[in-house]
Amino acid sequence: MSAILTIGLNHYLLLSAALFAIGLLTVATRRNAVAVLMGVELILNAAALNFVAFSHYVEGTVGGQVFAVFIIVMAAAEAAIALAIVLSIFRHFKSIDANDTSTLRE
Amino acid sequence: MGGDLTIALDNVQSLRYFAPELILSVGILAILVADLVVGKPDRKRSFGVAAVSLAIALVATLATMDGRARGLFGGLIARDPFTDFFKVLFIVTSALVGVAALRSRDAIEYRPGELQDKESGEFYALLLTSTIGMFLMAAATDLLMAFLSLELVSILSYILAGFKRRDRKSSEASLKYVIYGGVAAGVMLYGMSLLYGISGSTNLSTIYQAVAASRSTLVLVIAVVLCMAGFGYKIASVPFHMWCPDVYEGAPTPVTAFFAVGPKAAGFALLLRFFNGAIPEQIHTDLFANSPWPLVLGLIAAATMTLGNLAAIGQSNIKRLLAYSSIAHAGYLLLGLCSFSADGQRAILLYLVTYLFMNLGAFLVVLAMSDAGLGEEIADYRGLGMRAKFPALVMAICLFSLTGLPPFAGFFGKFYLFAALIAKGGSLNVALALIGILNSAVSLYYYARILRAMYFDKPASEAPIVAAPIHAWNMGAMAVATLGMWIAWTPLVGWVNASMAQWYPRAQTIVTAALR
Repeated sequence: MSAILTIGLNHYLLLSAALFAIGLLTVATRRNAVAVLMGVELILNAAALNFVAFSHYVEGTVGGQVFAVFIIVMAAAEAAIALAIVLSIFRHFKSIDANDTSTLRE
Repeated sequence: MGGDLTIALDNVQSLRYFAPELILSVGILAILVADLVVGKPDRKRSFGVAAVSLAIALVATLATMDGRARGLFGGLIARDPFTDFFKVLFIVTSALVGVAALRSRDAIEYRPGELQDKESGEFYALLLTSTIGMFLMAAATDLLMAFLSLELVSILSYILAGFKRRDRKSSEASLKYVIYGGVAAGVMLYGMSLLYGISGSTNLSTIYQAVAASRSTLVLVIAVVLCMAGFGYKIASVPFHMWCPDVYEGAPTPVTAFFAVGPKAAGFALLLRFFNGAIPEQIHTDLFANSPWPLVLGLIAAATMTLGNLAAIGQSNIKRLLAYSSIAHAGYLLLGLCSFSADGQRAILLYLVTYLFMNLGAFLVVLAMSDAGLGEEIADYRGLGMRAKFPALVMAICLFSLTGLPPFAGFFGKFYLFAALIAKGGSLNVALALIGILNSAVSLYYYARILRAMYFDKPASEAPIVAAPIHAWNMGAMAVATLGMWIAWTPLVGWVNASMAQWYPRAQTIVTAALR
């Protein structure tokens, strides 16, 4: 019983695996560009959570937490660029749905 | 491996060996500040600053090159012969693309089709920043640095792909690039986090030791396969190739030429360092009879070659065809890694050099022709042999070389790749070599379509097409390099051997012995 109640490494790993799966599912199923980018954020956060958890339980120093901070900063930079691109897509196509924005052949 | 022979330098001592990156950073700032202070943006000035800083960076690289391996900034990046080899490769690529963009309407335009200077400063600043990113990719000896450098190159690539803001195709290309890129980076990060969990470190050589002692094979294989998502995306290998045709078609042509050579080579540099520095070939395993890596990489390589070549057959747009051809070439290059032999990995470096010249040559012809007003469909190239003799000749040389026909450079590169597999032996390696040779035969079919259009079809108009002198010089240099590489082959092989010496110190190998 106590093994379940005490929050340990496995709980974090399960949570991050769930986040990763939800993120992948979002990317695969949504057609709206902003929703897809939200899925990407979930995947990045799953990885960041893993790093923090391993940093605490495995390494015992802050190495993984530093990595997590870098992931957050990089995610912000990528979101800024991605949203600018979505804006320019909207200007051309008057839509941000992936189905509408395909002049290039599949 | 590595670790013990490396000289560790602290942050201040590292700066001396970090000079190329610092020089390029100064160049980037100079380009941007000059646009603000000196006045009107001017593409010649921006290019001049970029060219000077690339030249100084090249001199700085060569001047501090002494064949020893150094770990800089507490082991985050390395400065070793392997890094130096790629630095020279990247500087040459960026310089050639920079020269090509100087005269290209496609790269720096203000209104569609007009040659304007308004955004030239940004273009060259982004090009130089990507060069720094690629330098760091080749040098990364820590997962953190590998991730950051890969993202630096990726984020800049998204911007460069969408550089023609007023063009629908260009915007669409950058959207596809950013979405696939974001997913690939996320998946790779998840794999890296698992590697960190297995080893408790982000340093590649520490990971190597921890992984060699670890028994959690299944997690390790999953982690490596997830990491391959990020690397595979950069080199455009199956199943992370979907962005490639769309981005190559939509992006401005000089940018496409850059993507096809620079970031792809950087991806291979990272891949080589990852598999040599962090992942032992043999792992403790209860699940697999043999090491799983040759099989994983072999499947990816075979699928990449076959899909790239088969999909290229049906293409009518020449940039799209060359995109599929570059996917196929990522497959050939991956073959060099499958055999886990010194010969195979050296063959990757050799092939990257030949690939640089022949692929850039083909894209430069497309660039020069579209700059002279010709379309980008294969149908537009009908009768080009009569209308523009020299560009058509350069295209023919590059296409023959891409196929791998002697006496062009591509033949030697491919010969080394396949020979390394056959020399290593084993049914998997021989099968992969055969698949590669069959694929080369398939590729002749679609390259020949362009050749037939250029030399045997009737042109739509007889009017000659004149390439701008700067493009002509550029194309000529690529053709000479592709044709005459055999002259410099022995020094090139020596340089490659020296670059790989930290992992494979023995110079004499099966292939080189057989060739003597």
